Amino acid sequence: MLAPLSWLKDYVDIDITPQELEDKLFSCGFEVEELYEVGKDISKVVVGHVLECEPIPDTHLHVCQVDCGEHGTFQICCGADNVHAGGKFPAALVGATVYATAKDHKTVEGVMTIGKGKLRGVESHGMLCSGVELGVNENMYPGADYNGLLVLPEDIPVGADVKPILGLDDWIFDIAITANRPDCQSIAGIAREIAAVLGKPFKAPALDYTEDEVTIENFKVSVDCPELCPRYSAHYVHDVKIAESPLWMKRRLQLVGIGAISNVVDITNYILKELGQPMHAFDYSTLEGDTICVRRAAEGEKIVTLDETELTLTTENMLICDGVKPVALAGVMGGLNSEIKDTTTDVLFESAKFARDNIRRTSRAVGKTSDSSARYAKGVDEYATVMAMKRALHLIEELGCGKVSRMHADVNTGNSVNPHELSVSINKVNAVLGITVPNEDIVRIMTNLCFEPKIDKDTLTLQIPAYREDMEGYQDVAEEVIRMYGYDHIVPAFMPTAQVTVGGENLQQKTELRLKKALCSTGAHECIHYSFFSPSDLDLLKLPADAMERHAIRIMNPISEELSLMRTTLAASMINAVSRNQKKGNLEGRLFEIAKKFIPKELPLTEYPDERQTLCAAVFGEKESFYTLKGIAQKVADVLHVSFSYANTTKTFLHPYQTASISCEGVEVGYLGKLAYDIAEECDLRVPMYIMEIDLEVLSQWYGKKAVFTPLPKYAQEQRDLAIVVDKNVTCGEIEAVMKNACKYITSIKLFDIYEGAQIGGDKKSMAFTVLFTPKEEAFGPESVDAFVKKILKQLNKAIGAELRS
Amino acid sequence: MNANLEAIKEEIIAGAEALASAKEVYEFRKKFLDGKTGKIGLLMKEMKNIPNEEKAAYGKGVNELKEWALGFIGELDEKMKEKELLARYEAEKIDISLPAVETAEGNLHPITLVRNEIIDIFAGMGFEIYEGPEIETDYYNFTALNTPQDHPARDMQDTFYLSSEFLLRTQTSAGQIHVMEKKQPPIKILSPGKVFRSDDDATHSPMFTQMEGLVVDKGITLCDLQGMLDEFVKKIYGEGTKTRLRPSYFPFTEPSVEVDCSCFECGGKGCKLCKGTGWIEILGAGVVNNKVLENCGIDTNEYSGFAFGIGIERTAMLKYGINNIKLLFESDIKVLNQLNDK
Repeated sequence: MLAPLSWLKDYVDIDITPQELEDKLFSCGFEVEELYEVGKDISKVVVGHVLECEPIPDTHLHVCQVDCGEHGTFQICCGADNVHAGGKFPAALVGATVYATAKDHKTVEGVMTIGKGKLRGVESHGMLCSGVELGVNENMYPGADYNGLLVLPEDIPVGADVKPILGLDDWIFDIAITANRPDCQSIAGIAREIAAVLGKPFKAPALDYTEDEVTIENFKVSVDCPELCPRYSAHYVHDVKIAESPLWMKRRLQLVGIGAISNVVDITNYILKELGQPMHAFDYSTLEGDTICVRRAAEGEKIVTLDETELTLTTENMLICDGVKPVALAGVMGGLNSEIKDTTTDVLFESAKFARDNIRRTSRAVGKTSDSSARYAKGVDEYATVMAMKRALHLIEELGCGKVSRMHADVNTGNSVNPHELSVSINKVNAVLGITVPNEDIVRIMTNLCFEPKIDKDTLTLQIPAYREDMEGYQDVAEEVIRMYGYDHIVPAFMPTAQVTVGGENLQQKTELRLKKALCSTGAHECIHYSFFSPSDLDLLKLPADAMERHAIRIMNPISEELSLMRTTLAASMINAVSRNQKKGNLEGRLFEIAKKFIPKELPLTEYPDERQTLCAAVFGEKESFYTLKGIAQKVADVLHVSFSYANTTKTFLHPYQTASISCEGVEVGYLGKLAYDIAEECDLRVPMYIMEIDLEVLSQWYGKKAVFTPLPKYAQEQRDLAIVVDKNVTCGEIEAVMKNACKYITSIKLFDIYEGAQIGGDKKSMAFTVLFTPKEEAFGPESVDAFVKKILKQLNKAIGAELRS
Repeated sequence: MNANLEAIKEEIIAGAEALASAKEVYEFRKKFLDGKTGKIGLLMKEMKNIPNEEKAAYGKGVNELKEWALGFIGELDEKMKEKELLARYEAEKIDISLPAVETAEGNLHPITLVRNEIIDIFAGMGFEIYEGPEIETDYYNFTALNTPQDHPARDMQDTFYLSSEFLLRTQTSAGQIHVMEKKQPPIKILSPGKVFRSDDDATHSPMFTQMEGLVVDKGITLCDLQGMLDEFVKKIYGEGTKTRLRPSYFPFTEPSVEVDCSCFECGGKGCKLCKGTGWIEILGAGVVNNKVLENCGIDTNEYSGFAFGIGIERTAMLKYGINNIKLLFESDIKVLNQLNDK
């Protein structure tokens, strides 16, 4: 929220520097996000009196002798058409900074420093300035929009700094207001806090006005939806003369970023900023039936707002209507049909409290925000609602732009705008803080906050103003005390009264970390991807319409369609990550992610979905293969002290002959395989990629399994290399199975070579294994291993037609 | 001495000249000293042909020759081996300035690293680690945390909704409620996890990571919060780091504070990292709002607590000097390669 220092000073005496005030605000919970002088870019510009002004022949320029008072008299060349001898204009001295403008003399293009120069051969020691060059417009100073010099009044002292004259010496505080303090969403609200922190009185804005005898008989306000509109007040003003607002008001609005429109509209905007209460002004002549009715819109009802757009509404939106038609979308924007025009002579002011949530939702639903809707969305209190109407009527009189009738209507749900009493235990307040704040400090702080404290033994009784809706109990009082007393009074302690607890990670968390470290040791980097993905990712994986993965949870309000579904597989994000890497020229790498996939039991959700912790790993590069990724799968098994088995399977997005399912102790836990070529092409992959997914939720049943020590064999082990020739389609797994079946002493079988070629026939392959035999009960005799081999070969031949390679 | 013996000795001396390798020395030694076939060995077999009276002298001579040959050839062997070793080393001379062979080791994600570091610190203080669900109900994410439907604080967070009841949690604070519903004090938990808000720019990601801490026990005060945070920042940012509390607002804590720590880059003098203030905002915290405790059936007359929430990405970005949060989720190998704690 923007708050000009000059405006704050209306309500409290501020006798410290802007920087000191920034620190004070910061310490009591109001972070100043930005603090700047209005004319921060303007320096060394003074009132110049043009003594002589002669045209430079054959140019549009004039050469002037400019009296700058104490700074001296300078020769300045000027191209403006309104320069003349005897005039007073802002003169930028040599070394001054002003805004540089484009050729149109209107568009600001940065800040420039004035130097000595020559124009058409004539020396110039400075520059006479326009309003734009000083960063002021018509609202800040009359005549500032003129495309020429800014004309200063004749009675102004020569040589004086122009910044105070133009309002450029003011300071703007951009203050962050926390959500619990909507009462500080206004200049007066902030001033109230400043008064409290400085220990100075708060000077409330003037609210007095005089009603005349004019009224409208039978005028009626009704609220059909009190749940959305707890308070609605209206007041009729007549004999209105629409005109420009005075400079002070226009300037203040300008400083907080609002352009001046006309006196009546400006008053509503002024009060929005001053008191934080949105107001609306209707041209009463356009209202029919001497009635205001606040109601929910009918389904499909339409209104044209004053920015001339037609909106179609639902029963969730609230309308302000006259006897016949809607005249405003409550809290968001007035209707075009009832807007204040130059010809308006009768005005009905509205000051109301609308439910913040309703305004926020309506504003979002219709895609329209206004200063009013933004303010309502933060919450408005009835104290301000009542005050604002009085202030508006006061300003009508002060500006002399209308007469205040006695026709006032007020509909409310009985909420009091008087202070309410709150009693708390001082001990409890101190117990929250852990320190003992002296009672006199508590009294001082509560007094400064206008809480009218009374202390009776341990009881602190406060009168809480209606605008402090956040004050409910001793914790709130503790917060008020400490933010004003100072957090630097807190003395660090280390839970002296707390019990000792045992901390740390549980088995699952520890195991996952071990798993991650083991995966890193294979050269894989951990990555983290968004928990949401795109419907097009499901298409990328070529998943059929009835695939489980397509049964994904949809975000109702996603950032974009690409991030609209909760992941049902981690594969798509991983493929996209590999694709991004390859596009950047990273042509080899290993990645893994451990994250949740979200499997709904029902859609839309009626109960918590199944959040399944899942591991996804990928390898890519010319050196990678199905087997390098299988090695990573084996690593996972090793870390958990389990063994995986693999079986041929297919996946819509993987190579039909290089894909395996992974099982652990007979339970399927995942898959691995090579990415299908059509998908690789779609993703612009330049090198092959292999991907694996393992459901850790299933695997977690084996977490905590310990490595079991097997005593080393008592007798010498024996090893034999066997090369056998089999049909090409016989798998390594089948051969191993047959071998193991044939001899109970085999403790390890390792394939070390595969050969295919003319020597052994086109449909055959040779596979060479190292087989380890471990004796059990007694040492192997001299011929026993040879007998085992013989038996194994016989079995291999019988089962799969294998021959020993000669 | 027997002429034969003399001849062998001379043969050995002469033959030694031509030996060029340890292998040749080995063969040479075998030629003379092999027990069965060596020339000196064969001399012993000659003994039966030697007249009895000469046997003693002959035997002595052979033995002397054998001793001498063993010593002579042994020396030769030693020298040759030494020479060969030197030659081998020399032949293997390398250019030590050639680039190192890289050992491929992956890195844990910076978020995991920071998360582990924080977990280690708090586990030592007796905090258990609890991970709640990413998909939450409105009740756990908001209502139970003193943020009812119409509460202004809901505007602070743009929530992703999945249905009228379910949403993506916007804060790990949601986990607090699950824990407090199941467990009576003393409670000390740390709850890390992914959270989601509809925000997307250079410093905001729609998904990010938080670490929520909660302590509920008898007599817990703001001083305990400050003491614990002091300990935490010293451990994570270094011994000299200080903390500063300043008032803020969260619906589930009262009083609420923002916690700044003295800038670990400049030590508080003011630099680019701390934007000249000497302080860096690191987390939000506060005394647990009684309404939250009451929602979980905890007696506020007996117990009180504090809670804090740390943004992991922010901590990681500060620690590793990352300027764009998106880099953390793009999985660029070149980026991931750099981000490690080795």
